Amino acid sequence: MPDAMTAELLARIQFAFTVSFHIVFPAFSIGLASYLAVLNGLWLWTRDEAYHTLFNYWKKIFAVAFGMGVVSGLVMSYQFGTNWSVFADKAGPVVGPLMAYEVLSAFFLEAGFLGIMLFGRNRVGDGLHMAATAMVAFGTLLSATWILSVNSWMHTPAGYGINDVGQFVPVDWWKIVFNPSFPYRLVHMVLAAYLTTALVVGAVAAWHLLHDNRNRAARRSFSMSMWMLCIVTPLQIFAGDQHGLNTLEHQPAKVMAMEGHYDSHPDGAPLILFGIPNSEEKRVDYAVQIPKLSSLILKHDLNAPLAGLDTIPEADQPPVGIVFWSFRVMISLGFLMLGLGFWGLWARMRDRLYDAPWLHRAAVAMGPAGFVAVLAGWITTEVGRQPFTVYGLLRTADSLAPVQAPAVAASLIAFVVVYFFVFGAGVYYILRMMAKEPTPAARLGLRDGPVRAAGSVAAHDDDQNPAMAE
Amino acid sequence: MFGLELSFIWAGIIAFAVLTYVILDGFDLGVALLFPVTKDEGERNVMMNSVAPVWDGNETWLVLGGGGLFAVFPLAYAVVMPALYMPIILMLLGLVFRGVAFEYRWRTKGWKPLWDMAFFGGSLTAAMCQGIALGALVQGIEVTGRAYSGGWWDWLTPFSIVTGIAVTAGYALLGATWLVLKLEGRVQAHMRELAWPLTLATLVFMAIFSLWTPFTEAVYFERWFTWPTAIFSVTVPFLVLLCAGGVFYGLRNYHDATPFLCALALFVLGFAGIGISFYPWLVPPSLTIEQAAAPDESLAFTLVGTLVLIPLILAYTAYAYWVFRGKIDPEEGYH
Repeated sequence: MPDAMTAELLARIQFAFTVSFHIVFPAFSIGLASYLAVLNGLWLWTRDEAYHTLFNYWKKIFAVAFGMGVVSGLVMSYQFGTNWSVFADKAGPVVGPLMAYEVLSAFFLEAGFLGIMLFGRNRVGDGLHMAATAMVAFGTLLSATWILSVNSWMHTPAGYGINDVGQFVPVDWWKIVFNPSFPYRLVHMVLAAYLTTALVVGAVAAWHLLHDNRNRAARRSFSMSMWMLCIVTPLQIFAGDQHGLNTLEHQPAKVMAMEGHYDSHPDGAPLILFGIPNSEEKRVDYAVQIPKLSSLILKHDLNAPLAGLDTIPEADQPPVGIVFWSFRVMISLGFLMLGLGFWGLWARMRDRLYDAPWLHRAAVAMGPAGFVAVLAGWITTEVGRQPFTVYGLLRTADSLAPVQAPAVAASLIAFVVVYFFVFGAGVYYILRMMAKEPTPAARLGLRDGPVRAAGSVAAHDDDQNPAMAE
Repeated sequence: MFGLELSFIWAGIIAFAVLTYVILDGFDLGVALLFPVTKDEGERNVMMNSVAPVWDGNETWLVLGGGGLFAVFPLAYAVVMPALYMPIILMLLGLVFRGVAFEYRWRTKGWKPLWDMAFFGGSLTAAMCQGIALGALVQGIEVTGRAYSGGWWDWLTPFSIVTGIAVTAGYALLGATWLVLKLEGRVQAHMRELAWPLTLATLVFMAIFSLWTPFTEAVYFERWFTWPTAIFSVTVPFLVLLCAGGVFYGLRNYHDATPFLCALALFVLGFAGIGISFYPWLVPPSLTIEQAAAPDESLAFTLVGTLVLIPLILAYTAYAYWVFRGKIDPEEGYH
């Protein structure tokens, strides 16, 4: 093992790896849980079979994604102790209670009602089944709220004191929970989850429309997803801009890295569109830039002075290259989503929403864009706050557990192997489920009686037939 | 004085969360441990379906145990996790395999045996590691300053291996008696037969553990063999035998619920025994409950919500169990 592979570096890689795998599943399941609640509600309201078909279709995909989210989240909750125990000891009194509230108020709610949502429609009736579905959706949102409160506190700590053994101690819980960056981060993340799900749902629907554009369930879900994109993407761009301004106020070094501003600009900073950050020479090579635009975006004034990384001590600077690039990936995907949303709107206005193969192909291509954007966004914000775990107060290097490099390396290898195998299989199963057309149970001819009699639910869902187990 | 009380209330709540985890996830891990007993796919399906709607809620108590420790005893959390590094990581990986098996198993034909193996192997790993972690905790964790200072392999001893086997045998007993309660026909008869040797194995290992424990720490010895606490030494084993008798009685007389309830009671007693040894320590022999506690502000803030939310969680968990009450219908399932 090379000497450069210190326990700290390995522990950071391990955390980055496990959290990156984990974030993908909540990003999908937060949006999907809400979508399922909406589908279930619309079905109960309109009794339109398409909603029922879609609910049963996405329910199974949700179950697999949720399972992967649960097990990868379980790993996260213990990693603070195994690899970052000094952080756990020092920040525990502030961070711990918020995470305990997440478990108590959200995690149990999701897990408790998931069983009823998946297996219980025939046992509890439509009303309670709807309530259980809503509880699962509510639980995922509540979970996001607490976790983002914790994460935001680590970025913009507030409401704390420090005691004689060096622990952060709570002084004002209101300020801790509603710390300065929390509202921005929460809105940005929840919208990102909704967009991610809308893109996946849209891609699956478009895929099936390309093969059979008369499939009612595919049409319905494609339409819903396109509405979602053209409404939510502009909101998200606005929320992202607001979040950026907040970051400039509280974590200026991160914004400097995002923008590639090595030097201060006393009379208006340019917006660097592309370029290669060169941290040795402290400049961006081959930069393509628009004069004054960065100042306009960040300060809403063409000539506003903007400080650069030269004002930050070297030891407190984040790595520029990663942050610069991940930020650009996120932004570019955001604008592509906006384009897709408007394209959908345009097709709808010309009454060709279900008859536009190129739109459908684009929607398929954009299916994974939400995941990539979410990951890029997290890399931007998390790498951008380095070298601190609690911003400005506790260094990453000082948060590490008393573990040795070989131990962290061994567990890292184990995680990498297991995750690629287990989650690879899961993604394969999900893709295979998605490749099947959403079809109402009646058309498959699996049941004898009518789909529903006098408005009551059929006795068995299509998926309860063993023939559908595959 | 107030702070002292808060930390003890919290020690009680964490103990409750861990006990709830052990008995709830205990039986669903146990069901997985019994998978190799039958090769029949249909029988495995009903075994899995007997826990599918509730296992997720059960496992959440483990997150509460860990998360709660982090919240109210951060120092204990920071000391115990590095000390038990390997068993904890292995347990987590085991739970990953077993958790995904609940869904993956139904999504493939060719790979079904693989996910059956993952379900069994993951659960076995998790059960063994939980027992080993318990044993390592009982035998003591070395602390210097505010950090773990023991060796890399301290957790691996004959004592911790025995604890691991004890917990695994106990989980298998819980699983078998749960299946007696929830199933019918051939599997049920099979489980009824298996519950006998599993009860005996659990008793034997509980006895070994109980007789060995006092010799791992002087204070345990004192606790169990001097007046007035020695009174536990007489009553606890007596109650254990009473519960074991209850399991046998229920099995013989075809009372389907009795064996499960008596097996749960066995776990409660074993847990109480450990509590009697530990008090007032949280991490013997280094940290007491008071030393490891977070500041009062953290304890109070978390307690307010906990006192409201735990009853609520218990209520809707009970409701979920009520919804899925009764024998498992082999035709039912959402897959």
